[in-house]
Parts: sequence; C-alpha cells; structure tokens
Amino acid sequence: MIKLENIVKIYKNNEIETIALRNINLEIKEGEFVAIMGPSGSGKSTLMHILGCLDKPTSGKYFLEGKDVSTLNDDEFAEIRKRKIGFVFQSYNLLPRMKVIEQVELPLLYAGIKSEERRQKAINALKASAFPDNFWYHYPNQLSGGMQQRVAIARALVNDPILILADEPTGNLDSKTGEIVLDTFQRLNFEYRKTIVIVTHEEYVAKHAERIISIKDGEIIDDFKVKDRIIINNHNKK
Amino acid sequence: MSFYDLLKEAFRSLLSNKLRSGLTILGIIIGITAVIAMLSIGEGAKKQLAQNVENLGSNQLNVLPGFIQPGRGIVSAGRGTAQSLKMRDVEVIKKIDGVKAVSPEISRRFQVVSSLGKNTNILVIGVTPEYLIVRNSKIEKGSFFKENDLNRFAVLGPTAAEDLFGEEDPVGKTIKINKVNFKVIGVLEAKGNVGFINADELILVPLVVMQKILTGSEYLSLIAVQAESSEIVENLKEEITQALLKERKISPENQDFSVIAAQQFLNTFNSLINTMTIFLASIAAISLIVGGIGIMNMMLTSVTERIKEIGLRKAIGAKKREILLQFLIESIVLTLIGGIFGIILGSLISIGVSKFANITSEVSLFSIFLSLTFSTLVGIIFGYWPAKRAANLDPIVALRYE
Repeated sequence: MIKLENIVKIYKNNEIETIALRNINLEIKEGEFVAIMGPSGSGKSTLMHILGCLDKPTSGKYFLEGKDVSTLNDDEFAEIRKRKIGFVFQSYNLLPRMKVIEQVELPLLYAGIKSEERRQKAINALKASAFPDNFWYHYPNQLSGGMQQRVAIARALVNDPILILADEPTGNLDSKTGEIVLDTFQRLNFEYRKTIVIVTHEEYVAKHAERIISIKDGEIIDDFKVKDRIIINNHNKK
Repeated sequence: MSFYDLLKEAFRSLLSNKLRSGLTILGIIIGITAVIAMLSIGEGAKKQLAQNVENLGSNQLNVLPGFIQPGRGIVSAGRGTAQSLKMRDVEVIKKIDGVKAVSPEISRRFQVVSSLGKNTNILVIGVTPEYLIVRNSKIEKGSFFKENDLNRFAVLGPTAAEDLFGEEDPVGKTIKINKVNFKVIGVLEAKGNVGFINADELILVPLVVMQKILTGSEYLSLIAVQAESSEIVENLKEEITQALLKERKISPENQDFSVIAAQQFLNTFNSLINTMTIFLASIAAISLIVGGIGIMNMMLTSVTERIKEIGLRKAIGAKKREILLQFLIESIVLTLIGGIFGIILGSLISIGVSKFANITSEVSLFSIFLSLTFSTLVGIIFGYWPAKRAANLDPIVALRYE
C-alpha cells in the first residue's frame, strides 16, 4: 500500500544543507502495525511528514495505493490528508474551545459531510477508540492526558483513513496511560484492520508494533519483525 | 466546508475572546456612527432646503438691485447697498404676460417697542396687499392693508407678536417702530422658514408708509414676482430682464439689477450642502480606517495565537482557501456587527439631533447601504493580510510552534 523509492530529503537554510533522509526504500502493507524507531535527529519525524503528505521529498518517489504522490501540489496534498490519513500528535493538538464530540467532527467539516452524519460518525469513532461516553460533551481541559490522546485518536479515525500516523503518541503520558493508548492502537489494528505507523524513540513502545524500522542519520539501519511483541488486550478496563 | 460551518467557527472563535472582539468592534462602531450621522444631517439639510424653496414657491422670481455676476456670490455683489429699483419697475413688470402678481418690498431692521414695553430688533417690511398672494401668506387674526394705504398700520408675524405681546392679543394695540406709533391691525399665520429667512419673525407695514416715514427713500429692496406657472419661470426671467433694460435704456453690460428664480437658489445650495456632506463624511471615514487598523491588529494577534490550531487544521485536510476564508469571515463578522451597531447608534444620534438641536436629519437607505458596504470592505481589506498569513503557514512549522 505504501512504497517509498530512493527518498532523499535535504533542508536548506542559509546555504547550509542538512541531509535529513539519505536514501530511504520502504514498503508497508495494508493492515500492518509498524513502529519507526530512532534517536532524536535521526530523521524519523521527517519520514513521518513525508508519509503523511505534510512534506515533499527532495528526490525519490512515494507511492500511496499505487499512485505517485510526491509531485502533487499543496491542495492535492490537503485532499490526501483529508481522505486517507489520520494524524495523532505527541501533544494531542486538541482545540481548547471545542467539546470532545466537536473535536472529532472537525475533519468531517472539511470533508463537507452533513451535520447529522457527522455526529453519527464521530460517535462511532469515539466508541472505536474506547472513549467513555459520559465525557463526550466535556472540554479538553477537563480531561486527563490519556483521555485527550484518545480523543485525538478518534479524530484521526473519523474519516475512515487508510493510514494512521502517530508521532510519539505516548511521549507526554505516564507508562500506565501510555499503555491504554497503545492498547487502543492495537485494537484498531486487530479489529478494524487499520494500517498504523507509530514514530517513537522508546523501544518499549515500539515493541507494541508487529514490525520495527530503525533509522539513524537518515538511513534505515534495521527492519525486522518483533519477536517478543507486547499485546495488551485489556481494553475493556478503563 | 459549508458557509454555515465557516460562520459558526468564526463566531466560536470571536466569542472565545469577548473583550478583545468587543473593543475591536467598538472601533468600527465609532467610525460607522460618525459616517451615518454626518450623511443623515447632510441629507436632512437638503430636504429642509427643498421644503423651504417649496414654501417660497417654485413659480417665484425675485428682482434684486445690483447685478449679480454669474459665478460670483450674492454677498460680493453688494445687494444690500445698491439702489436701482423703483415703483415704475413694478408697473413695467405687471404688464408682462404670464405675471400673476408682483410684490414690491422694502425691508430694514428697526428697534420696535410694544405698548407693554417689550423691546425687540426686528425686520420691518413695507409691502402692498399683493404680498399675501406672492408670498403665499395668510392672515390669522384681524385684517390687512388696502392698496396705497397711508395709515400707520402694522401686521405682525406670529413670532413677532409673541415677542412683543406674549400671550395677549395684539390686534388694536400700538407699537413704536423707530419711535413712530403704529397700530396693529392683524397677525399672520405661522409659516416657518421660507428660503433663508424666518417668515414668522417680521412686521409688515404699508409700502408707502415705509417709504415716507421709516426709510425716507423710494428705492425698493426687492420685487417678488409670481409667475402663472413654474414652467414659464425661465422665459419670464428673460422677459423681465429685457423689459427692465429697455425701460432704463441701458445695455446688458451696465445692468444694475438681477432677476433670480427660486429654483436657482436650491441648485446652488444643494451643491454646497453636497460638498459639505462629502467633506464631513470623509473625515468620519478616517475614523473607520483607524477602526480597520484595529481589526488588522487583532487578527494578526489571533493568527499568531492560533498557529498550532492552523497547523492541525491543515494536517486534517484544510486547504489554503478554507483557512483564508475562516479568518476573513472572522474579520468581516467583526466589521459587520460594528456596522450594524454603528447604523443604529448613528440613526439614534441623528434622531436626537433633529429633536433637540432643531436640525432636520434623515437616515437614508443609501447611507445605510453605503455604511454596510464600507464596513464589509474594511473587514476584507484589513482582514486579508492576516488571513493570507495564516493560510500560507507551513503545516509542519505550525504544528511544532510553541
């Protein structure tokens, strides 16, 4: 489903060139749960931005569902992000003035979906991310970090994307609430067959995925199946 | 994103900072209020002038002493001092076809004392009975002079009657004009402003008495002519000019009188009022621009505060145009609210002005339309740059912004 061919990304700043990605070749199949792991400055965030159609590679090709998307313009990029990709960020990025249910509806607003259908889809997404229904009409500042992140997951899920990208989704959470979030991802992967890519620098977090891609200095140094994978499977508890 | 959703988003974000939105709107309210008030007062002044000229009669012509050159004002022509009109001019004008009535007048201000001891400085006009026809005046109480009346009779305008006699009936009482006794025989009906003078604040005396006793001179201040219809006024103007030139045996270069149609005053003063209104409204519009800068300031702050939000919206698929519209609609909503409140406040002020300051004012649909358009334009012009900045943000940079 995802295929990267010779992806190079070079940042230019005041005549100084920084090579963020050297020569990335990568394939991710539909329904896979992948962790991209590496220390800070390794280029893993740049890779995620390219995967998420937030940034264009300097050279190389990116095929998403067989279509080369590395040459599209800004609006076409926005269209792909809207229809095919869901983002989860380290700092949740919820809007402070919106209720939980409205946060989840926001992507549907840009997709031009009617109000009633929006509400129904948002409810489904909140249920899928195991978000307790008595908090649907709360504001983000009334929720714990773990709950906020699950709102963000529901928001990433609501448009039924083919790919969910999570950038350090547990980075702001303690290990216990982090596990709840990882559990949610695993369940989305098992039950809804969602393709999930998590970017992290923690091995413990990466071990929740089925495959780990290690990168360092802009190059893939390792790509393997997780042998001792951690499966949480306790999502019925809060 | 539908327009309704955009509007909802705009209101949500404006309501999240009520004080700031309120203060910004206030800037626009002040601007629009000033524009509306200025335009209304200008509009009212035009209406009032038109009404005054209507009172004067659109079929009326005035013959004035002294020659008013085209392009030069009445004042510079020395109208008050020239002495060139006499009773024989009146006879000449009366013979012209299409002339319905002619009223020769001599006016001068005098100190007048009533039998009650009240004192006033007032315009005294020597007139013939035709005054009532030409000036469209009516007697409310008592009677009027006869043709060539030699009695020292006086007819009071209603304001003059009140000034001199208060609540008492002046008919039959005596007044002293310039220390000469006159008997009051009548009071005129109230009329309001006619042309540019208050037609109620005057005293009428017989023309001959005015000439012999009060001014001691036979020269007339004015000959008011009523045409049979308003269509022939322009023709009549030319005929009167020719007849008077012929009678004087002088060429047009030496003309020592002027014939002016009432309609001419209206046109001249309308253009003067228009200029004044545009000037005042332009000054008011400057405050609107200051309000617009306030909008821009607020929108720039708002964009900076919400960089992360913009990043997120872009990440979930918002296009540049949608971000641009969101911020643009916010600023237009601000200016439109300001515009609507400004129109309400400006209308209240103009109503207040006409009630308490005795200046007619009228809020026209045009001025409301103009203000709404102008305030929307201010929103678009001053909101565009901040909105463009928001739309052009790089989503990666915006998402990382702290």
